[in-house]
Amino acid sequence: MELKSNVPTGPIQEAWDRRKFDFKLVNPANKRKFNVIVVGSGLAGGAAAASLGELGYNVQCFCYQDSPRRAHSIAAQGGINAAKNYRNDGDSIYRLFYDTVKGGDFRSREYNVYRLAQVSVNIIDQCVAQGVPFAREYGGLLDNRSFGGAQVSRTFYARGQTGQQLLLGAYQALERQIGLGAVKMYPRTEMLDLIVIDGVARGIVTRSLFDGKISVHFGDAVILATGGYGNVFYLSTNAKGCNVTASWRAYKRGALFANPCFTQIHPTCIPVSGEYQSKLTLMSESLRNDGRIWVPKTAGDKRPPNSIPENERDYYLERRYPSFGNLVPRDIASRAAKAECDAGRGVGETGRGVYLDFKEAIQRLGKAKIEERYGNLFEMYERITGEDPYKVPMRIYPAIHYTMGGLWVDYNLMSTIPGLFVAGEANFSDHGANRLGASALMQGLADGYFILPYTIGNYLASAKKVTVDANAPEVVEAVSNVESITKKLLNANGTRTVDSFHRELGHIVWEYCGMARNAEGLKKALNLIPQLREEYWKNVRVLGSNEEFNQSLEKAGRVADFFELAELMCLDALNRNESCGGHFREEYQTPEGEAQRDDANFSYVAAWQYQGSGQTPVLNKEPLAFEYVHPSQRSYK
Amino acid sequence: MRIILHIWRQKNAQAKGEMVRYDVPNVNEHMSFLEMMDVLNESLIEKGQDPVAFDSDCREGICGMCGFMVSGKAHGGFPGTTVCQLHMRHFEDGDELYLEPWRAKAFPVVKDLSIDRSSLDRVIAAGGFISAPTGGAPDANAIPVPKRNADLAMDAAACIGCGACVAACPNAAAALFTGAKISHLGQLPQGQPERDRRALAMVEQLKLEDFGNCTNIGECVAACPKEIKIEVIVRMNRDYLKASFTDRPQSLKEVTA
Repeated sequence: MELKSNVPTGPIQEAWDRRKFDFKLVNPANKRKFNVIVVGSGLAGGAAAASLGELGYNVQCFCYQDSPRRAHSIAAQGGINAAKNYRNDGDSIYRLFYDTVKGGDFRSREYNVYRLAQVSVNIIDQCVAQGVPFAREYGGLLDNRSFGGAQVSRTFYARGQTGQQLLLGAYQALERQIGLGAVKMYPRTEMLDLIVIDGVARGIVTRSLFDGKISVHFGDAVILATGGYGNVFYLSTNAKGCNVTASWRAYKRGALFANPCFTQIHPTCIPVSGEYQSKLTLMSESLRNDGRIWVPKTAGDKRPPNSIPENERDYYLERRYPSFGNLVPRDIASRAAKAECDAGRGVGETGRGVYLDFKEAIQRLGKAKIEERYGNLFEMYERITGEDPYKVPMRIYPAIHYTMGGLWVDYNLMSTIPGLFVAGEANFSDHGANRLGASALMQGLADGYFILPYTIGNYLASAKKVTVDANAPEVVEAVSNVESITKKLLNANGTRTVDSFHRELGHIVWEYCGMARNAEGLKKALNLIPQLREEYWKNVRVLGSNEEFNQSLEKAGRVADFFELAELMCLDALNRNESCGGHFREEYQTPEGEAQRDDANFSYVAAWQYQGSGQTPVLNKEPLAFEYVHPSQRSYK
Repeated sequence: MRIILHIWRQKNAQAKGEMVRYDVPNVNEHMSFLEMMDVLNESLIEKGQDPVAFDSDCREGICGMCGFMVSGKAHGGFPGTTVCQLHMRHFEDGDELYLEPWRAKAFPVVKDLSIDRSSLDRVIAAGGFISAPTGGAPDANAIPVPKRNADLAMDAAACIGCGACVAACPNAAAALFTGAKISHLGQLPQGQPERDRRALAMVEQLKLEDFGNCTNIGECVAACPKEIKIEVIVRMNRDYLKASFTDRPQSLKEVTA
């Protein structure tokens, strides 16, 4: 299959403007004749649904939560990047573009990233106009902070709740459109299949979580903004409900899945405390601005942190990376923490943790300033661990946090199925092999507010308006596919709970396809996962029926898809014989232990094509060209 | 440690509910309350019994999806803590706890501890926004916002929409929730043009949704996991009262139409 990236030609600086001018437009009076389906109500989905509603399209928006305001974008803490250069510290669109391409370890599309950097400035304007209460200085102007992977202060923030405030901005805009009748909202509704007729996306099949009712919704365009697949690891910083089901079922209908092995480990999470643990909690990366990371110099040193003298501490990030210090990108900070713990210098009961210490910052800035910057994070830490981080250093350890991989999309955010668009974390487009901090919020809102409203219009203006017959064989088949999966899960009537399978799958994926991978381990995982999956379908126990509020059944369908995705992730990781960004293959590292890319052989996007159950998917390659930022060994030393 | 739970079981909104007793041995002090519920549900499924339905998502205290009464207190009653962030170290071996869903006419039960809060969304849809369609915004620094206003707006905007305030209120009023949104937007220069209309429309919607009236009891403030202050209700009342006098009558019709 030939992958048409549809990237514009000519100077990158004007590429998006030119493209926008070339787009066809839909006459205002005709917009209401088009139905657009938006699945997901986070930053990308919520912003897209609101903006398309404002434009006059007929929008239907779906989310599995009880309200669109609960999408997991809400949990982002640290901030959102924008190339405003309000600090006069040398920032520019070009620099944000450069940092993002470099931070992504040269595995993203330059034109996409440039556009992202360009619209970043509009996002801040838009959010302020909506009433997002960003942090301000006494003069009334916006405040900024610095973040990992950048040497300028370009991150806008609202205390430690930036994601919440941005999402509420999008949610309020969405509710306004719901109130005006432009958007119809379907909460507690899960998409379970995509309807594709003559190769074009025409609608979705959903299940109401209230009563199990299966419904068909037709749309002239379908947008998936359904987030990432970090929960394949069972323990992650994702919300409990986050899942890959919508994306995965679209993949099985022909959309290509790109770079599934590019997963991001966040360096600053609260360490795991026991087997019962249901999820991991992130501590914002912004803490690394003022906190210093260290471990005892001697392996096995079990003294409490405050009784370890200064000269017996190893501030390993500051030592190894003097110019970026504690602010190195996430993949590097995570691997460094793992290396210290592997060497026996880890702290806490389990030995899987490192200290994040604020003592020096509190002495320098005063407790009040630290409280103002990170108060709610400190409280959250204390609530979970019972320890006071103003007095005792925090213990942190890396955890799965974000997935750079996702459904393949072209420059217009359209997948390989015409009419199916993918936005936000669900697509693969902008972060390459590693996402920089404060860039997820930027990408979600860029896609939703400023890119999809243009590209969807162009698609609808070019496509022929088709009325779909509700009894078309493709529709009937999609509905019966959904019903048969549900039946199969309910009828297995085995002995093990869904969670016990999910936990076991998570262990396998974390062990062999987590922070560090190698060919031997990946092959082992590719053997273990299908065995466990087979047992799942035979031995899972889902009680109750389809026609009721049944949370086990919801989970069971999602875990079934995680099994299949896990296999594809390992396959992709095994194929990529290089290390880049979040994908660290132990066989491919520099003498200093840094990721060793292989640009000659792997400078491409790996887009996998489904071939049917039990068949090995086909790898399609989209070569990456770097005209502006020349690939180099990433160095943060 | 061992915890005894009495949990409200109700199959759906129409069914009659009842309290059922469950024994949860082997609770670890580092577990969160919801992790204890997970452990209970796992054991129920293994015994072939229907697991307890309860809502949760982020489990970080920010999405607002979780929440139920723990022995009469919303989210368990620990300051600034949602039930997903409540850890078992706060309880003693042998404690008997009574779990019930939020009880309010505006929040019908979906199943067991899970409820339908879409009434809160409709209150926001009525006016809890600034009309700023995508695209036309001026530069973000064009309108300075005094730091104090931004901070106060942020204090109010911290509301997670969980509904604990409604559950704790003897009148089942949503005054703290609505006041928080009115205070968030009303303290920013961007929120001024729609300030009157917002207060009128949102308060009007509260009546339509069967929420009760606020009588300034303050239980909501004690229950709020984000520690929203009662001053937001004062602001709501002030904005509503002012708008009732200054807004022309046809506008009121307009907003309720």
